[in-house]
Amino acid sequence: MTQINVRVDGASYTDDVEPRTLLVHYLREQLGKVGTVVGCDTSNCGACTVHLDGQAVKSCTVFAVQADGCQVTTIEGVATGEGESATLHPVQRAFHEMHGLQCGFCTPGMIMASIDLLKENPDPSDEEVREGIEGNLCRCTGYQNIVRAVRQAAAEMSGKAADDPQAEPAAVDTAAADHVAAQA
Amino acid sequence: MTAVEDPTSAVDLPPAKEVGQARRRKEDARLITGKTTWTDNMVLPGMLHLAVLRSPVAHGRITHLDVSAAKERPNVVAVYTGRDLAEEQGSLPCAWPVTPDMVNPGHPSIAVEQINHVGEAVAIVVARSRTAAADALEAIDVDYEPLPVVLDMEQAVQEGSPLVHDSTTSNTSYHFVFDAGEAGTGGDTEQAFADAEVTVSRRFVQQRLIPAFMEPRSVVVQPSGDSYTMWSATQIPHILRVMAAMVTGIPEHKLRVIAPDVGGGFGGKLQVNPEEILCLLIARRLGKPVKWTETRGESLMTAHHGRDQVQFIDVAADRDGTVRGLRVRLLADMGAYLRLITPGVPALGAFMFPGIYKFPAYRFECDGVFTNKVPTDAYRGAGRPEATFAIERIMDELAVELDMDPLELRRKNWINTEEFPFTTVAGLEYDSGDYHQATEQALELLGYDELRAEQKRRRDSNDPVQLGIGFSTFTEMCGLAPSRVLGSLAFGAGGWEQASIRMLPTGKVEVVTGSTPHGQGHETAWSQIVADELGVPFEDVEVLHGDTAISSRGLDTYGSRSLVVGGTAVVKAAEKVVEKARVIAAHLLEANADDLEFTGGKFTVRGTPGAGVGIQEVALAIFAAHDYPEGVEPTIDAEATFDPENFSFPHGTHICAMEIDTETGFAKIRKYACVDDVGTIVNPLIVEGQVHGGLAQGIAQAMYEEAIYDAEGNLTTGSFVDYLVPAASDLPHFDTGNTVHVATSNPLGAKGVGEAGCIASTPAVVNAALDAVRHLGVTDIRMPLTPERVWRAIHAGGDGGDRAAQGSNAYGGARTTESGIQEAAQ
Repeated sequence: MTQINVRVDGASYTDDVEPRTLLVHYLREQLGKVGTVVGCDTSNCGACTVHLDGQAVKSCTVFAVQADGCQVTTIEGVATGEGESATLHPVQRAFHEMHGLQCGFCTPGMIMASIDLLKENPDPSDEEVREGIEGNLCRCTGYQNIVRAVRQAAAEMSGKAADDPQAEPAAVDTAAADHVAAQA
Repeated sequence: MTAVEDPTSAVDLPPAKEVGQARRRKEDARLITGKTTWTDNMVLPGMLHLAVLRSPVAHGRITHLDVSAAKERPNVVAVYTGRDLAEEQGSLPCAWPVTPDMVNPGHPSIAVEQINHVGEAVAIVVARSRTAAADALEAIDVDYEPLPVVLDMEQAVQEGSPLVHDSTTSNTSYHFVFDAGEAGTGGDTEQAFADAEVTVSRRFVQQRLIPAFMEPRSVVVQPSGDSYTMWSATQIPHILRVMAAMVTGIPEHKLRVIAPDVGGGFGGKLQVNPEEILCLLIARRLGKPVKWTETRGESLMTAHHGRDQVQFIDVAADRDGTVRGLRVRLLADMGAYLRLITPGVPALGAFMFPGIYKFPAYRFECDGVFTNKVPTDAYRGAGRPEATFAIERIMDELAVELDMDPLELRRKNWINTEEFPFTTVAGLEYDSGDYHQATEQALELLGYDELRAEQKRRRDSNDPVQLGIGFSTFTEMCGLAPSRVLGSLAFGAGGWEQASIRMLPTGKVEVVTGSTPHGQGHETAWSQIVADELGVPFEDVEVLHGDTAISSRGLDTYGSRSLVVGGTAVVKAAEKVVEKARVIAAHLLEANADDLEFTGGKFTVRGTPGAGVGIQEVALAIFAAHDYPEGVEPTIDAEATFDPENFSFPHGTHICAMEIDTETGFAKIRKYACVDDVGTIVNPLIVEGQVHGGLAQGIAQAMYEEAIYDAEGNLTTGSFVDYLVPAASDLPHFDTGNTVHVATSNPLGAKGVGEAGCIASTPAVVNAALDAVRHLGVTDIRMPLTPERVWRAIHAGGDGGDRAAQGSNAYGGARTTESGIQEAAQ
């Protein structure tokens, strides 16, 4: 067993872990952070994506001991505030607004990867979003609404949406504009 | 509208209808914040963890199995073999004996003597932790005597083929026939072919697919005295409860099944899994809570697969393109065992091969064939994608034969709008639609004329990148299903659905549904329906589901049935609530019940402005029960069970424009446009999402996915490295649209949408690819359209599949006898 000190979603933890313990299993089984999920065993699906010192990582490819002394942010820590009064992260809000999730199993990883993508590229094109999240698999949505969501969040985070409410999301995608507009 | 004319105030206006609104989903709040209840999240005091030792051989006998060393490993509580559980494990159920003489050899949850596919359970370690259980697997000592591996259906049905099951006389489980002539729904098929001016025959391959839901399966069982609670990542908690009770002998009323948050299913979680039974048996033995969660590798290897048919399709037509007859012969791979509806999947497809066309004669035959592979069963569309692929592909082949435009051929033969309701040659009564309108809209969405012009330019300039356009004008039968029809097909259950509505004293509403969502948004859609029916705010409705103790009756979610059957049950229950409330309201208003109108959640007395009582007030009044009419029970809660009279038949036109790089074989969708008619749309956001997801999976069958076994029966696509679930960068943008022709079989007017995109899209993609390269002499390309297959089809002839399948069983390349294991064993 090896002792590690980790800060996860704003709280500090000191734990003994087996050296072989993966970060995702430490988060789920020792800290009860079950919002982060395991979708595969080959690092293909990205469902377990978290931020390690601000960088998106697949937490199944990181040993818990490698997170020693690091800050980890999971899907449970991206909103500000707690409980019902929490303020969602713009990417969380955009996934909801754009119907960027169905079963929701890939969603935590997809949101964490998208936040990271927007940090690297605050105004990605459709194509850049698709390339940027290609390490995360979704079986439900066909990705189109995820792409919309990420671009909607980008617009909101850059202040574009506030300046010009007409700019997004309709400009992202015309096919759904009528549906989306139906509930203004 | 009386309310509008009422001059008293605008606040009496009924709220805008909820049905039709793009409501954002109620489900999302927990899913986007990680506050989820996946089965694997469950932790119970004293809970033990199961790990399963799985067979590395596809066909063999266990000659030696020693688990004693594993029992000594640290933190191991118990180890079980098939022999330990043989007396109590029974057989996993098959609910669909499609013919009276269907051969079902039985399906043990854990192998006792014989192994019939790679991945079959051989032993189970129970330990204090997931890792301790997994570690101990390596201490199990096991030897197998290999048997000849049966993989290729066309060989498996030959006289003298090795048998998968010793207890059977052949590898054929059943021979199912539907003959329209014999059924009285069509003419003589043989005569139609004898008289035909033109016939076209093709052999198509529906490759084996893996549902690949994102949440791996997981089961937790908690014993409590003689009762058991099972949490499972399942689509079918209600069916699972009945079946698990029957298999294990645990009385049904002592078993509660809960499907908490479930991460996708696509038919893959429409199953009674071996591990669900094993968890129950072991929890019963140990009296302790147990959990099993699969790895992705286990999931791909042992959860049921889908599709896997060899299709022989013949079409007969006149020179002018009028179709005269259709003949279908299928080999359908059952895999090693019959699971819940394994044999029924191709039989369900039997009725859809004629598609939207007016065939006067039709005959369908199918052999269900055993092989040493994991069983097949439902996967999104279940029988209907296979049928749609065959008919939409053969229509293109016929068009080529007749030198006709493929759309002109379709127009000539499809059912016209004024002909609905139309009884097809397969005996189904199609409810409504307008194939012409959907097609025109889709052509416009695609920008058809411009793309055809570009195709010509590329053709004329001999561009290395060629363009093709492919159509799929599809319909499907969904909303499973009228119970009487299921009975006539020998299905083991009905097709009704149940709902109940509880009117709480504070005016809030609980809707209990027997449908079991796993991503479809039932909580939102059902709330919209109830908000309209009862005139209560959308936010005041809570939808409860997926727990047999809460939702005691239900038949769950599959076959695009939830809205059209389950949603209708909700409507019927709401109607009963209103009728019960009407009696109470009349009493409170001192009026005659017949004089009451119910609008916007309020009962008013006709001709008496101002007098009224809201249904939420009635709920409180009847909760207090201080003042209600005699002879009436003091509740307005109600329940309803709805059994549909017919299926619903969504339809649509899907058009794919495909670029093929003739030098590299790389296929890329240039544009995809589709117009679907799913009847009334309750929530356009959800409908669009369902179409997108279906398209992704249908396109994935055409272009990316295939479960491949090698000649020894090992799944070589056993991880997401090799089984290519498409990523965002692999898929195009979808241009989607709708026409609306309401279904006639339910009061919502809705048709199922969950499977439509998946059923429709696959042939559109393949037809597009062929349209791009047919002038180069290519007549077929084996799915999935990998660059290698496309390149070989262009440059080496054939369908490109032979080389790609060499050394595997992927049809054409497989040689299963006297190789591999047998030789290795000598």
